[in-house]
Amino acid sequence: MTAVEEVRPDVRPEGEPRAEEERLAAAWEDPPGLIGFFTTVDHKRIGVRYIVTAFVLFALAGLMALGMRAQLARPDEHLVGPQAYNELFTMHGTIMIFLFNTPVLAGFGNYLLPLMLGTRDMAFPRLNAFSYWIFLGASTFMLSSALVGQVPATGWFAYVPLTGPQFATDRAVDFWGLGVVFIGISTTAGAINFLVTAQKLRAPGMALHRIPLFVWSILAMALMVVFAVPAVTLAAGLLELDRLAGMAIFDPQLGGQVLLYQHLFWFWGHPEVYILFLPAVGMVSSIIPIASRERHAGYLWVVTAFLAIAFISFGVWVHHMFATGVPAQAAGLFSAASLVIALPSGVLYFCWIATMLLGRVRFTVPMLFCAGFLGIFLAGGITGVMVAVLPFDVQVTDSYFIVAHFHYVLNGAVVFPIFAAVYHWFPKMIGRELSARLGRWSFWIMVISFQFTFFPMHVLGLLGMPRRIYTYEGGLGWDTLNLVVSIGGAVFGLGVLLTLVNVAWSWRRGAPAPADPWGGDTLEWSVASPTPEWNFAAIPVVDDVSPLWVEGGPVVAAGGEDEATRSLGVEGAEARTTPITRGLEARPAGTMPIPGPTWLPLCVAAGIFVVAFGALYRSIPVLVVGAAAGIAALVWWLWRTEEDLR
Amino acid sequence: MTPPARPGRGLHPAVMVATVAGALVAGAALAGCGDGSPSALDPDGGPARHVASLWWLLLGLGGAVYAVVAGLIVASWRRRAAGLDVNRFVVVGGLAVPAVVLAVVGVQTVRVTGEVFANQGRTADVVVEGEQWWWRVSYPGTGVVTANTIHIPTGRPVTLELRSEDVIHSLWVPQLAPKVDMIPGQPNQLVLDARHPGTYQGQCAEFCGLQHAHMRFVVVAQKPADFEAWLDARRGAPPAPAPGSEAEAGRQVFLDQACSGCHRVAGTEAEGTDGPDLTDMGSRASLGAGTAPNDPETLARWVRDAPSLKPGVLMPPIQLSEEETQALVAYLDSLDPDSGAP
Repeated sequence: MTAVEEVRPDVRPEGEPRAEEERLAAAWEDPPGLIGFFTTVDHKRIGVRYIVTAFVLFALAGLMALGMRAQLARPDEHLVGPQAYNELFTMHGTIMIFLFNTPVLAGFGNYLLPLMLGTRDMAFPRLNAFSYWIFLGASTFMLSSALVGQVPATGWFAYVPLTGPQFATDRAVDFWGLGVVFIGISTTAGAINFLVTAQKLRAPGMALHRIPLFVWSILAMALMVVFAVPAVTLAAGLLELDRLAGMAIFDPQLGGQVLLYQHLFWFWGHPEVYILFLPAVGMVSSIIPIASRERHAGYLWVVTAFLAIAFISFGVWVHHMFATGVPAQAAGLFSAASLVIALPSGVLYFCWIATMLLGRVRFTVPMLFCAGFLGIFLAGGITGVMVAVLPFDVQVTDSYFIVAHFHYVLNGAVVFPIFAAVYHWFPKMIGRELSARLGRWSFWIMVISFQFTFFPMHVLGLLGMPRRIYTYEGGLGWDTLNLVVSIGGAVFGLGVLLTLVNVAWSWRRGAPAPADPWGGDTLEWSVASPTPEWNFAAIPVVDDVSPLWVEGGPVVAAGGEDEATRSLGVEGAEARTTPITRGLEARPAGTMPIPGPTWLPLCVAAGIFVVAFGALYRSIPVLVVGAAAGIAALVWWLWRTEEDLR
Repeated sequence: MTPPARPGRGLHPAVMVATVAGALVAGAALAGCGDGSPSALDPDGGPARHVASLWWLLLGLGGAVYAVVAGLIVASWRRRAAGLDVNRFVVVGGLAVPAVVLAVVGVQTVRVTGEVFANQGRTADVVVEGEQWWWRVSYPGTGVVTANTIHIPTGRPVTLELRSEDVIHSLWVPQLAPKVDMIPGQPNQLVLDARHPGTYQGQCAEFCGLQHAHMRFVVVAQKPADFEAWLDARRGAPPAPAPGSEAEAGRQVFLDQACSGCHRVAGTEAEGTDGPDLTDMGSRASLGAGTAPNDPETLARWVRDAPSLKPGVLMPPIQLSEEETQALVAYLDSLDPDSGAP
């Protein structure tokens, strides 16, 4: 064990420049302009970039939802038509799941993980940049389907045989299938990066029981991604082999198995719900204690609940397939697991309530969104238990009841925390305050219109309205409710718009934010707003889960002479290095150099982008060119000289 | 533990108001819905009745859980409980009580699952095949084939064999039974058990392509004697139209034009099976699997330009003169075994 020498942080009046800051800036600043934009490996720039890109896609998918609701506002409406409607709901779901929710959470994880852990970047900064470029490439790839008029219209789940070569003859499904394989690379690379970062780059003293809960939620999420995403990559990949190479894995006429696709898809698809949900509750668990001015009650309970959810979520996928004729005995097991997964959520609720009971809640805008989350996810969790009940599920599955349920969960329990997170961490990321007044308006409009948009959908489902129908006959008892839903949806969109306007306006014109506007407890609030490129000049030493709430504030480490400690102090930051720690107690164990700006991640991603188009148009030359470019860049990236290995 | 009350910020009532308002709107609409609704909460068949009573139990339990937890949340905003024993609070509230509720739900799940999936594994009374985008309905051993209407006798379980040769469909009649998917390469069974005569709306519940929305059907439950009469009327070939009648001219159009390539009418050379069997076309209530009503005017439009009513339908537009169209409509209308006279 290497002892860490601790020093009090050097506190000086604000505005007085420090001598070392110039040296730090020289070591960390990206090249100016576009070159810096394309070559950066800074987790903060990448994180913000993820979030902004994802929000652009969120707005797009939201507009698609409004298009659907316009079509469904009245019976026998001809506004949109069947083809366009099917495209709208397919792309709405695909974007929201693959291109908004997953990446936006990755963005927050990217930005916050190194800061919360007390380190200077992610474990693999270049892989991190690569993940973003892949995400951007996959999004561009899928959306480019609109340019050639072959937009996927077979649902975000793309069930075979409807998507097989016999029934989907144009390239629309390939845009979806190749896009899903493509984005899976990004998600998996990101997850591995999170896992390693949280294992190896924790600040000295940050033992397992001092890891911030948001980091735990990202860890649990990343574990799930590593095991779940290969299944959907396989599903989409095999589908593409059926389509591009004439295999018949899913073709029942040639002995293929239709249901195999569904098993593979949902083996990812249900954990995916929790992949989205866990980081969202991690955000809630970061905000509630700060708003309550009280440490999180039941820290160990919360961590256990996260891990239990991650584990059990792999045993529930068949509840998406109860109507496929699964034998009742087998289905019963999955029904039971789907009931049991409610218990960890119950534990989470009582930990949140205990925190708020012990503390004194201030309704800041982030806390308002968390309050909305608490109310909405409660309902979504209860309907989740309902649809875990086998006989009830087969009655309501593929009806609007399910649409209602999963919007309570994915919109109420994921998007609301994401909005809370935007309001909570925007000052840290951008260095400016968001308007609380606009934030409150946005929240109230969203939370009230949410009830009108999604609550009636439960009733519509019980009244027999199936999902994914582009129109319906009048007089079936669905007319009024659909109109209410459509109007509610439009108002909800207005609420979302207010926050987008708030962000756009405050980005340049908001009041400058202090380092710690909320009285936060985790390490990101100990650095300036916006965060300097090097995060921490000297690495903090942690002996508490809420290091900023310890009397006297966190101490920082002084650099030592040996390999294990030389990067702890300011000299380590000036050398563009960060410490590696080891063991449950996170003892200093080594020094990691942080690579500088590089074109390589972008080049590899661009190669894969070209490969995807080559596969799409079944063009061997394009495929070969893309693969060659990608592999060349990858070899360059991985090349090690003797100097590197020294 | 006597926490001091502290002023609220006016938030909690508004959250509740919003929730309650949503519930009220939905409840009002629910109360106002007419008899035409295929509501799972207005069940007639055995399985659907079991599920509906299970729903009311789930709603009651869920509502109670919501009220208690939401109450605690709101209380936690208004009060402080400085000496709270967190472990006990979490174990009791987050684990023990939910475990009891879930146990109740689990026991009911097992019970109702048994009821809903009873009578499985019997010989099929009716075979229903899902097609893009209509339903082929046949009665094994009788030679009777029809489309988009499933007649069943009341008072006994009727076993449907569900098949598909193209893509996945799902047969759902909310008032009679939960849905079962129709999967290519894997026949499934569904038991319907209607208590009262009546017409029950059904619809495809698994997205099956462009016209998924217009893949509807009805289940007509009849007293056993009426059902037998209905079935008997369809055995064998319909009588030929009277010589010289418009219907006879229409029959000639039917046989000469493209119609017979895809459609079958028992007792004629029309043996096509790609499209619905039209042997009892005149007795059907709708066209295009619930797309439009089966009246002479709409039928005339349908036979000439089906895609104008149902975009994407596999039946192509057919060039017919006004005279041919009227004759064809007369012929198809005459194919009504229930009318008593040819």
